[in-house]
Amino acid sequence: MVSGRSDMPKTPTPKMPKAIKLLIAGGFGVGKTTMVGAVSEIRPLRTEETLTDRSVGVDDLSGVEAKSTTTVAMDFGRISIGDDFMLYLFGTPGQERFWFVWDELARGALGAVVLADTRRLADCFPSVDYFERRGTPFIVAVNCFEGAPMFQLDEVKLALNLGPDVPVLLCDARKRDSGKEVLIALVKHAYSKRPAAVS
Amino acid sequence: MNDWNGDWNPDEERLLDAPTVRPYVIARGRTEAQDRFDLITLAVTIRPTTGAEIGLDPEHQAIVRLCRRPLSVAEIAAHMDLPAGIVRVLLGDLFDRGFVAVQEPQPEVDVLDERMYRAVLDGLRAL
Ligand SMILES: Nc1nc2c(ncn2[C@@H]2O[C@H](COP(=O)(O)OP(=O)(O)OP(=O)(O)O)[C@@H](O)[C@H]2O)c(=O)[nH]1
Ligand SMILES: [Mg+2]
Repeated sequence: MVSGRSDMPKTPTPKMPKAIKLLIAGGFGVGKTTMVGAVSEIRPLRTEETLTDRSVGVDDLSGVEAKSTTTVAMDFGRISIGDDFMLYLFGTPGQERFWFVWDELARGALGAVVLADTRRLADCFPSVDYFERRGTPFIVAVNCFEGAPMFQLDEVKLALNLGPDVPVLLCDARKRDSGKEVLIALVKHAYSKRPAAVS
Repeated sequence: MNDWNGDWNPDEERLLDAPTVRPYVIARGRTEAQDRFDLITLAVTIRPTTGAEIGLDPEHQAIVRLCRRPLSVAEIAAHMDLPAGIVRVLLGDLFDRGFVAVQEPQPEVDVLDERMYRAVLDGLRAL
């Protein structure tokens, strides 16, 4: 829905693409920004959300309601799909204490890629847990760093305790083609998971 | 091939390199407006400024110039080097005064649209 005030002279409203949000999540330094940059048609941008504390502050000020603001930076990129759709890829901040930002980001997201590094598989547990709980369709992409132990995808699946239907694939976050394959796998998975298909 | 600069005009980047204290002052206290738009809400200019509008600050005018092509809140924020919340406030002003049109992201019903998935998949394959 395009809306604009109509009581003033103006040029005709240009046709707007529909914006779609995809998330790239995973532990610290796993290659989120690298992947966003590899597939984006613009140089990766950074935006800051300033959020008023909702449940972040664990600081006990003895009964005094503490209100703090937190600023979180997110990297993102864009892929236009013809004139009709605009995909936005957001690299989600890795730290657990920023989960309340994820809620904002995850709202309306088509799906998420959880990037994993086999040297530190546990780092992606929180992301996996989060998307499972939230019901956001997600896939796991194992970023193949040199010198990292090679696992069978089945082993990764087992280690992450993933449901049988969660796709797991290997990728190289630096390569555009690889990132593209990951996104295609994600959109296919999201398609199979869409409520109309599931219920 | 990646075109890192996209349609981004470096002149505008310099223009916007000004100190960013003012936008905070302009937006101060208008927190309700900060929840108004999503990060991927798109905005496009539908009425250019003449430069003499009353009540429009340079930051508003910068947004009007940036949005000659549809841009998301996140992109405007990144290009202007302002927090997304401040951009939402400024964008709300521009929307209310008829300078920009906005498009909220896909409503749920559209997300379920089979054609959308197909178009996105085809588009990604063709990259
Ligand atoms: N060898 C190799 N290096 C990679 C790969 N992907 C990312 N890197 C490097 O790993 C480092 C971290 O990558 P980033 O993309 O910044 O990771 P991130 O997940 O965005 O990191 P944070 O935002 O800090 O959590 C960078 O130096 C990348 O160049 C990969 O597939 N192979
Ligand atoms: Mg990063």
